[in-house]
Formats: sequence, C-alpha cells, structure tokens
Amino acid sequence: MPKANVTFQDVGITVSVPAGTRLIEVSEKIGAGITYGCREGECCTCLTEVVSGYEHLAAPSVLEDQVLKDNLAPRHHRLACQAQVLKGDVIVKPA
Amino acid sequence: MKPADMSLSPDPGHGGAVEIAERVHWIGAFDPWLRNFDLVLRTERGTSYNAYVVRGNRGVAVIDTVKAAFSDEFFRRLESVAQYEEIQAIVLNHLEPDHTGALPELLRRAPNARLYLSARAKPMLKGLLHADSLPVTPVITGDTVDLGGRSLSFLTTPCLHWPDTQCTWLEDAGVLFSGDAFGSHVCDARLFDDAVGDFRRDFDYYFAHLMRPFKAHVREALDLIDPLPIRTLAPAHGPVLRETPQYYLRRYRQLAGPAEQPEGRLKRLHVFYLSAYGSTRAMAGVLAAGAESSGLHVSLHDLETCAPDLLIDLVEEADAIAIGSPTINGDAVKPVWDLLSSLNAIELRGKFGAAFGAFGWSGEAVPLIEERLRGLKLRIPLPGVRARLIPTPEELAACRRLGVELAKHLTGKADHRVIDMATLA
Ligand SMILES: Cc1cc2nc3c(=O)[nH]c(=O)nc-3n(C[C@H](O)[C@H](O)[C@H](O)COP(=O)(O)O)c2cc1C
Ligand code: FES
Ligand SMILES: [Fe+2]
Ligand SMILES: [Fe+2]
Repeated sequence: MPKANVTFQDVGITVSVPAGTRLIEVSEKIGAGITYGCREGECCTCLTEVVSGYEHLAAPSVLEDQVLKDNLAPRHHRLACQAQVLKGDVIVKPA
Repeated sequence: MKPADMSLSPDPGHGGAVEIAERVHWIGAFDPWLRNFDLVLRTERGTSYNAYVVRGNRGVAVIDTVKAAFSDEFFRRLESVAQYEEIQAIVLNHLEPDHTGALPELLRRAPNARLYLSARAKPMLKGLLHADSLPVTPVITGDTVDLGGRSLSFLTTPCLHWPDTQCTWLEDAGVLFSGDAFGSHVCDARLFDDAVGDFRRDFDYYFAHLMRPFKAHVREALDLIDPLPIRTLAPAHGPVLRETPQYYLRRYRQLAGPAEQPEGRLKRLHVFYLSAYGSTRAMAGVLAAGAESSGLHVSLHDLETCAPDLLIDLVEEADAIAIGSPTINGDAVKPVWDLLSSLNAIELRGKFGAAFGAFGWSGEAVPLIEERLRGLKLRIPLPGVRARLIPTPEELAACRRLGVELAKHLTGKADHRVIDMATLA
C-alpha cells in the first residue's frame, strides 16, 4: 500500500501512514497538540498549520473551504479532522 | 416585592425605550429574579437583557433581542420608538437564546429586516430558527450597514464567549454594542453605570465565569476595540457603561492577563496526587524529582488536603500538570474528578499533561485520567505509568523517566521519534 510520512512538529514525532489517512486518526494517538471538537469539519477547533507538503494533502471539500473561510484561516491551514494525507512528507503543527 | 436595587427606581422610560445616545435607545428587559445563569454563574442580583435601537435617516436597526419569556416587554419598548416596517437591520451579536428569544416573532413582525451576524453564526442559525431561506448577511470586521446618514460597522471578536460573538460599532455616537462582553449580571432599573449601585464585584465575577476560558480571545478583541473613540459601552447584560467606559476596557485587559512571566522563568509543572497507602505518593515524588532535575519548576500537591479553590489558578499558570490517583473501585478518586471538572473555566490549550498511579488488579484510574486530559485538549505525548501495589525500583524509575521526558517536551528537547502507524494502539 502507498505510504506517506506525517510529522507532528510540536511533539517531534514522524508517523509513517497508509495513503488516505486523516490527520485526526494519528494525532490523538501520539498526543500531538491538535485538538478536536465536533470531529465533523464544522467547528474549526482542529485548525492546523501545514508547515510543508501542503500539496500532498487531498484538496479540501467545499464545506471545509467554507469553514476555513468563515474562520478567517490563513493560507496553508487545514482542518485536521478532514485533511487526508496522500503521499510524500507532510509537516503539521497546531494553528 | 422587588429586590432592593429594582425598587430604587421606577421602570425606566415607564415601560418604553430609554435614550442612551442621540437617536439610540435601550429597549431591553429586566429579569430581577433570575438566580442562576447558563448553569455556570450565580445571579443573586438578577440580570437584564439589553437590546438597542439605532435610528438613521433611512431606516432603523435593532441590536439583539431578549430571552423569549421577556418578549412582551421588549416589543412594548421597541414600539415606543420605531415601527416594524422601518426596521431595516437586525444585528445579532451572538445567537444565545437570552438575546435571540424574541427573534422569531420580531422576524414575523418586521417584513423589511435583514439579519446581520458573524460568519460563524450563519451555520448555527439553522439550529435556532429551523428555516432554510432567511434574509441573512454574514459580516466580518470592516463590513458596514448604512442606515442613512450613519452606519454600523462590525468587529469580528470570536469566543467572547461563543464562537459567533461579534461587536457592533456606531461611530458617529461613539457607541460600542459589545454583546456579552463587558456585561454584568445586575438588574438595576437605574440603567447607567453612574446611576446604579456598586457593581464592580459583579463585573469581575461575570468575567471570571464567562470570559476567563477565552482570555487570549479577549486580548485579541481588545486590540480591535482599544483604538475606537468609545463614549458608551453598551453590553448585552447589566449597566450601560457611559461614565467611565475606559475603566472597563482597562479592567478587561487586567483580567485577561497574560500573567507576567519574568525573563528566563523555568517552565512550570504541577503534580497533583492522592494516596491511601503511600504508593502513588512515592510515584509523585520521583516523577517530580525527575522533572526538576531536567530543568522544570515543580510543585507537588496532595489533593486530599489542598484547598480546591486555588487549584485552578495554579493550573492556569502551569505549563504542564501531572495527575496521580490510585485505582479505587475501578476509577480515579473524586478529588481528581472535582479538579478535572473545574478546568473548563480556564484556557488549557497547549499545556502538557500526564497521569500515573498505583493499582491492585485492574488499574483503570490512569487511562481514565489520560482520556479526560485529552478531552480537555491537553497534550499527552507520553504514556502514563502504573505500579502494582507497592512500586518496584523499576516502576519508580519509569515514573522518574516520565518526569524527565515531560521536561524534555516542555523545553523543546524531546528526541525526534519515527514510528509506523501500525504500531499505534
Ligand atoms: C456558557 C455556555 C457555553 C457553551 N459552550 C458550548 C460548547 O463549548 N460547545 C457546544 O457545542 N455548545 C456549547 N453551548 C451551547 C449549548 O450546548 C446549547 O445552547 C444548548 O442548546 C443548550 O441546551 P439546554 O437548553 O438543554 O440548556 C454553550 C452554552 C452556554 C450557555
Ligand atoms: S474538530 Fe470540528 S472542524 Fe475539526
Ligand atoms: Fe451569551
Ligand atoms: Fe448573554
């Protein structure tokens, strides 16, 4: 299965994950500082800065885009409960 | 019989509206007998739901409404200064029912009104009105609505105390309609800060229970608000602040901190524990020693004896907390849960947490505490440590290591780890 690497910068852990894994599936297990509320892409609690490898994430859905906009999210920020890692190396940290 | 503060003055405006600035009226309602608010505050002096009307040359704006049960009073005051057809804008500074209770009826009566609310309020509005096609304009900082010869502008100030909170600014009159921010739960018909009795304690108490969990947001909001030449702060509860609005802005600055951090201060760890036979106490001791030897400022607290009121202040200024409990009847013990259930009154995001404890046969306490700490949005990068009955030297060493590793995380010296997702539980 194709793999990707996600680094959670705040806790200094890199996890090798199957393609298609959502950030939420990993970040809680390793105790990273990304926090969650609704877990459904609505509340924006899980806003995450993509430090590098933004292009290796699946594009945001229309709903995620709207939530990011409503919350005035800066560039290269994603919702960790939604964002899926596709390939390559991605580095993230809590917004 | 009315409460003392209410009997000092007859109903202001004799049941009608009260002018607070040129062509700006208060049209709120009094709730003198409310004794508990939002399940989290005592309101021994009742409260008021402040709503306002702003008149321009072309139309009228209504800012917020009242709790549903007080709708008649609100409509009576509104009708004394405006006709429903004139209402061009209804501004909702947040959607909580204490200010939106009269909204459905107001929308029925005001055929020409558009709703102005923050972008974050828009998806929440469905949950309030259960309607799909509503005349809504979401607004952000800098947006304005023209009432003819004067206009309202909006400041997006989230989380004071709901995600959708905003403030509304009427520049020509210098009035900031601040929503719940700068409010107090005081029911006093004298209405203005210079006329009502002393309410400083109520003002601070309100902050401590509604705004304290969002101090960083309060500071950001103040950065937006401070440059405005404010003559009147018109909050959604309690006195209208016209005599010394700057005092209340400064007071929010003080209350919202951040606590002063001397240069080079060591990161702070507070270790809270309980112990019936000394095992969890021994674990707490070595954990604390490990953390201290690795550069943290460490304090140890026995939850059995320390005064609970002070604890949340300690946690608020801590960089990390470690919580130790033996497992008793399949659970952590009550003082731990009392502490953990009081922490949603403060900001916790970004703090580190860890759990430890002795057990006999099932050991539920540590994973339950970890789960709760995670739920409170702390970071738990290290697995908790458990010891069966009397800790062995190896188990104590693991506790010491937990302190050392926690210190490394806090000081940014944690070793970079590479793992495969398949190895994660
Ligand atoms: C002080 C306060 C804080 C709240 N915090 C949250 C929150 O963090 N997350 C959430 O989903 N809803 C939150 N709410 C919204 C309530 O859950 C919502 O208003 C609910 O409909 C109230 O239900 P009730 O009528 O049974 O009291 C909060 C409400 C209040 C009054
Ligand atoms: S947790 Fe609510 S948007 Fe991700
Ligand atoms: Fe509110
Ligand atoms: Fe309110």
